[in-house]
Amino acid sequence: MSVADILTVLLVSVGLVFFLAGSVGLLRFPDFHSRLHALTKADNLGLGLIALGVAFQVAEPFGIVKLVLVWFLAVLAAASVAQLIARSALDRLPDGKEADKRG
Amino acid sequence: MSAAFLLDAGLCLLILAAALLAMAGRDLFGAIAFFIVYGIMIALAWVRLEAVDVALAEAAIGAGLTGVLLIGAWAMLNRLGVPEDHKPAAGWLRLVAGSASGAITIILVAAVMALPAGREGLAPMVAEELADHGVSNPVTGVLLDFRAYDTLMESIVLVVALVAVWALTPPAVWGGVPGLRQHTRPDGVLAMFGRLLPPIGLVVGVYLVWAGSSQPGGAFQAGTVLAAVWLLVVMAGIHDEPPVSSRLLRTVLVAGPALFLAIGIAGLGVGALLAYPAEYAYALILLIEFTLTFSIAATLALLVAGRVRRAP
Repeated sequence: MSVADILTVLLVSVGLVFFLAGSVGLLRFPDFHSRLHALTKADNLGLGLIALGVAFQVAEPFGIVKLVLVWFLAVLAAASVAQLIARSALDRLPDGKEADKRG
Repeated sequence: MSAAFLLDAGLCLLILAAALLAMAGRDLFGAIAFFIVYGIMIALAWVRLEAVDVALAEAAIGAGLTGVLLIGAWAMLNRLGVPEDHKPAAGWLRLVAGSASGAITIILVAAVMALPAGREGLAPMVAEELADHGVSNPVTGVLLDFRAYDTLMESIVLVVALVAVWALTPPAVWGGVPGLRQHTRPDGVLAMFGRLLPPIGLVVGVYLVWAGSSQPGGAFQAGTVLAAVWLLVVMAGIHDEPPVSSRLLRTVLVAGPALFLAIGIAGLGVGALLAYPAEYAYALILLIEFTLTFSIAATLALLVAGRVRRAP
């Protein structure tokens, strides 16, 4: 096993722990916004670590650029969608404090 | 047991579980969610079978676009106040449906098991023929050349489906704008997302169709990415849908299938319908692929937007 292989196994494993933590949070946290928080924040970091780990196995530089792009797009989409879902929930849930109807 | 076997077996179990939950779920939205999960798992299975072209198409169209269409239909039922029917179907109906599904499964299993082992199928023949047909991605070669009529028919079917959706338009708003008006805050997250992602999506879409000539990619996958960009721009309130009476829109919709058909008929000049003259094959296939991409993108985006709702 080379150094790159060990780094890959290590980083991907830590990334998977974050995915696991996010999933546990989704199931165990008490209210809607904390569950959303657990899912979108932990998974972004987990995906970043997995992408970094896989990058050590990619030979050509363009492959690494693609991995970074995948991670960036997933983070961008997750962050934006999390905001939209959270706002939509604020409108609908009874405990919502400020109601902004224009999502 | 190797790691690869464990991965494949786990994937198979997840696919079966997702399929079961999509079918057996009592609530419609949950069933749709599991249908999308099922599509993603099937895409992973295609990657494991080294059919990346099919995986891309399945993820983009099977899981993504079909999922959006189903959620749209579900939302419309909700808006109209149609109650979800939780009563199980009649016993005889379930028996017939179950037997039919079982029979198809047995036939498929028998067909797969009957394949002679250790044969490469048509792959060597495709590889041999591909040399004088311009493109080097065998899937694109099959789709655009050897079995071009399949792809031609598919692209026409998509336009016909859109015509069927448009045919549901009430006379008062004919020629108007499809879908509902989108309301977004001009400084909100969605407006920002809708400005940031489209340039990247355009590049990815063009890359996918360009890559399709030598590696996995192609018009349908690229078209779905461009359709997603189109929908995002509309949903973010940056640009509204064009009215269906627009000549430019209608030209874009039919350009791909029409050009494909025209080049196909011109092929009669060199021997057969849908045959390309060898020295122009590469250029003609690329021309068809790029034109098809934009037609497919417009068709898919307008299928999601639905019927015309607002007067021009």
